[in-house]
Amino acid sequence: MCLGIPGQVVELLDHEHLARVDVSGVGRTINIGLLEDEDIRCGDWVLIHVGFAMSKIDEEEARLALASLQMLGEVYNDEVDALFSSPSSGPSSGSSGDGRAP
Amino acid sequence: MRFVDEYRDPAAARALVARITEQAGDDHFKFMEVCGGHTHTIYRHGIEHVLPESVELVHGPGCPVCVIPMGRVDDAIAVAEAPGVIFTSFGDMMRVPGSHGNLLEAKARGADVRFVYSPLDALKIAQETPDRDVVFFAVGFETTAPSTAVTVLRARDLGVTNFRVFCNHVTIVPPIKAILESPDLRLDGFLGPGHVSTVVGNRPYRFVTEQYGKPLVTAGFEPLDILQAITMLLAQIRDGRCQVENQYTRVVRDEGNPRALQLLAEVFELRPHFEWRGLGFISQSALKLRPELAAFDAELAYDVPGVRVADPKACQCGEVLKGVIKPWECKVFGTACTPETPIGTCMVSSEGACAAYYNFGRLHREAAVTLGRAR
Repeated sequence: MCLGIPGQVVELLDHEHLARVDVSGVGRTINIGLLEDEDIRCGDWVLIHVGFAMSKIDEEEARLALASLQMLGEVYNDEVDALFSSPSSGPSSGSSGDGRAP
Repeated sequence: MRFVDEYRDPAAARALVARITEQAGDDHFKFMEVCGGHTHTIYRHGIEHVLPESVELVHGPGCPVCVIPMGRVDDAIAVAEAPGVIFTSFGDMMRVPGSHGNLLEAKARGADVRFVYSPLDALKIAQETPDRDVVFFAVGFETTAPSTAVTVLRARDLGVTNFRVFCNHVTIVPPIKAILESPDLRLDGFLGPGHVSTVVGNRPYRFVTEQYGKPLVTAGFEPLDILQAITMLLAQIRDGRCQVENQYTRVVRDEGNPRALQLLAEVFELRPHFEWRGLGFISQSALKLRPELAAFDAELAYDVPGVRVADPKACQCGEVLKGVIKPWECKVFGTACTPETPIGTCMVSSEGACAAYYNFGRLHREAAVTLGRAR
């Protein structure tokens, strides 16, 4: 019940605080009255919960947070790649058994 | 789906797990995720299995379905079986057992029980069937309470007189306090509930850091959100800080949603006390309609038993909800109690710890690690 779904506002309806949103390609009408102070416009992303927009998704915050997470992922992948391409940690050095450091 | 898929990136998740492992070192940390939505994510995405053993997550009381005591379900069924009533509920509540069966069984016996997605759907039914009385079974924390508030005010403004609410809304701070006061549990910090916080903001949690000295990080609901929140908790502990921090900045503002808070104040007042499954009676922990909206209060309009009913002896939901035992440590887990025939509430809702574990988590930890390596 508490899982929110992100949707993009595609049309503001003139009455009852209603708006049309696109959720993964499916259209639905939701109530945006709880975001009265946020000046919701077409194209905005909102988090939907039991038919109500609970929160406007801050795209700039999302972009910044995601960029840092992705960078973390890339650095990690590079690290892993470097580890496996390093002659000292490849499978051959362990199994060759000659005991010599490269 | 945007704002979902990108928060499931495997490389970033591996990096975060590596960071968590390094931060935790040889110590052992126990964090509670308060919200049932987090529990769902943790099991669904196997986060338990990728975390190092030094970090343990325990599941909290933040599943609104799970904390409803049996007596309230009995009351709901009594209302549903009153003559002429159309009883509407979120799907989650339909299979929650009362002392004499659940709402679905009441429906089978002839009560007009209907599933709705939103309280506004219930109001619409009331408008379309003016000769019947429509009751909405309102449950949930501050996440769902504003939608009930909007619906009640709308009913009043439209002059709808055949719509009422059976109010079981609860608030998030008292159970966190109850957990902190509980002697059974030693916690190092909290993952704060993301969606409740869209409404209440981050300020109400300051007592957790100031009075109890535990850090709290409000977290989103995707795997990267949870992992990042854990790194933030560990970083606080390592730096000797103890703060309320916000990982879910794309959705949660520190001040919450002022409009929603204003609506809550307009429509509801605190009950002196309310019974929580597993936690017992907690004072000022639940909401009821204000006296000026009494015409919409189903509790005043119908004769409900209002009796406290003890949980079945075999059921250990209370201990699961307090994080004292894990779901699989319950005596009836997966045998007598399954999602098809639940004994306790934690097995009913998809956000309940037992149901989440039953559906997604029934893999032995070592087996999961082996599978993970094979990929």
